Amino acid sequence: MELSTEVQMDLHRRMVRIRLFEEAAGKLAEAAKLPGFLHLYVGQEAVASGVCAALTDADQITSTHRGHGHLVAKGGQFNEMMAELMAKSTGYNKGKGGSMHISNLEVGMLGANGIVGAGAPIAVGAGFADKYRGEGNVAVAFFGDGSTNIGAFHEAANMACALKLPVVFACENNEYGEFTAREKTMAITDIIDRAAGYGMPGVIVDGMDVVAVHEAATEAVARARRGDGPSLIEAKTYRYYNHHGVQNLGLKYRTDDEVAEWRERDPIFTFEEHLIANGTASRADIDAIWAELRADIATAIEFAEASPVPTADQLLVDVYTEMAPTAAEVPA
Amino acid sequence: MTRKLTYGQAFNEAVRQAMAADDDIFCAGEDIGAFGGVFQTYAGLQAEFGERRVVDTPISEQAIIGLGVGAAASGLRPIVDIMFMDFLCVAFDQIVNQAAKIKYMFGGAATIPLTITTGGGAGLSAAAQHSQSLEALLCHIPGLKVVQPSNPYDAKGLMTACIREDNPTIMVLHKRLLGMQGEVPEDAYEIPLGKANILREGADVTVVGWGRMANEALDAAEKLAADGIDVEVIDPRTLQPFDTATVVESVRKTNRVVVVHEAVRFGGLGGEIAAQIQEEAFDYLDAPVARIAAPFSPVPFSPVLEQIYLPSADDIEAGIRGVLARPGV
Repeated sequence: MELSTEVQMDLHRRMVRIRLFEEAAGKLAEAAKLPGFLHLYVGQEAVASGVCAALTDADQITSTHRGHGHLVAKGGQFNEMMAELMAKSTGYNKGKGGSMHISNLEVGMLGANGIVGAGAPIAVGAGFADKYRGEGNVAVAFFGDGSTNIGAFHEAANMACALKLPVVFACENNEYGEFTAREKTMAITDIIDRAAGYGMPGVIVDGMDVVAVHEAATEAVARARRGDGPSLIEAKTYRYYNHHGVQNLGLKYRTDDEVAEWRERDPIFTFEEHLIANGTASRADIDAIWAELRADIATAIEFAEASPVPTADQLLVDVYTEMAPTAAEVPA
Repeated sequence: MTRKLTYGQAFNEAVRQAMAADDDIFCAGEDIGAFGGVFQTYAGLQAEFGERRVVDTPISEQAIIGLGVGAAASGLRPIVDIMFMDFLCVAFDQIVNQAAKIKYMFGGAATIPLTITTGGGAGLSAAAQHSQSLEALLCHIPGLKVVQPSNPYDAKGLMTACIREDNPTIMVLHKRLLGMQGEVPEDAYEIPLGKANILREGADVTVVGWGRMANEALDAAEKLAADGIDVEVIDPRTLQPFDTATVVESVRKTNRVVVVHEAVRFGGLGGEIAAQIQEEAFDYLDAPVARIAAPFSPVPFSPVLEQIYLPSADDIEAGIRGVLARPGV
């Protein structure tokens, strides 16, 4: 089934937004303008875009170390995201979370996560709340191939299936857990082999093909909304840059040729060729989208750079939610 | 007020009354549904509220806490049970790195009204993995609140407060107190978190103890009263946030203090409490702050060894006599 022009252009736009945000973040990091760690999503754009385009704002997602792409795809705004990466008080997390914890509950993004695999149990809780309320919303857990080796993933997958919760497990298999190749850390090739152990369907998709990802996600999300329980999607994808930072070539844990091979299958450029070949968009249309979004990025960088850093009095704010006094505490 | 309930029943009533008043509250944990929990603290709740609201989970402590964290971030008010306090260690990432920190990391945007219930404490020959008192680990984590009741009245009032809390709160029931009887009002009531309770007023020495040790301290105080020694017993009830002010005020009156806990001495809360006392009431002290606590070993299985291991009323009495033996200034 051919997707509508509107959906295709939406998928394209989400991917370009991620690419531009991440490339800009990488440049800022190289210029030492971003404190802390940076895990870039470049190369994997089709996964977040294809999945999140199947979701509503009321659907929630949990994310990973590599979380900017998920937030952009879910509807995160450049200004507040860039400000957060720069640790400014105008950021989504008021400068207290940064790249590894960036979140925005208003668009249903329950946080990037500094702990591998930790998002999956939280997505189970979000899915539990969806089922409890019966409003037809779903939760999606994004995670990498490496995190399927940690206990939290297995507990979450089993519990979601046992309780038949509306949860979609979206695995981004980028072939590396940090700096170690997948085949050195597991005896299987396909993550979906694990799905059957929990009683959920698993499907492999080309993670460089945004349409394929979107179609698989649409089906899994529909299944969850119907009350038929969880699914696992394994998107075979690749990160262009290092586990963290912006270096991508000359590293010992993978060859430059391997990076080049994956880059030839770039999810955005291959999709653009498809859009042009099918007459869905012209080169000029596509150039205009890049130009428009580049301008948005420039605006976001200006916004972030002009924003104030947190004041010292914010240090101890939001450690706890302040509670109203109980009846026993209220003076007579 | 004549009705008596056990500590476990009082806890159960707090959960039942809160659930009846608010559909956003649900319970989840191992064996808590049809079976009512291994300590029967959730007895009857699934029969009353159904499987939707009282959920039997797999034996998956990380996912149980994660279920609570995700549901709380989504606006529900989960009560999740971790059968034994020792098993909190299995779920420490979700407790320490997720539940406790999400609000702060998200710049305040998230609220985590999560109550974690668990059974702590030794005295049942349950050996090293089913007997620990790990409150010091939990109190060390900004973002968490930690509560342990010492009697049925407090069990109901503190649990009601935990459920109303908009912060992740850990309610530690002491396993050896589950059958303790006491007067408990039928209507729902709340004991504010962070407020200590002076269980017994006295002029000569202050004893700070919680959970079962608060009761042991009361026994010691009764015994010493026969010798004309007037002991004040303070049960902090909430361990995080800790009501330092009430303790310090008492020490300024008695000038001598013994802190008692079931947890091991090294790195236990007694050290923190002693430090706070010397920071705020150094000039009032007539003797060093004494600590009565378990020795630095795992909890033994042998009933003989376990009895030696656990602080008792006799140990507390000896500790009190020790601080009183110091000459005053």
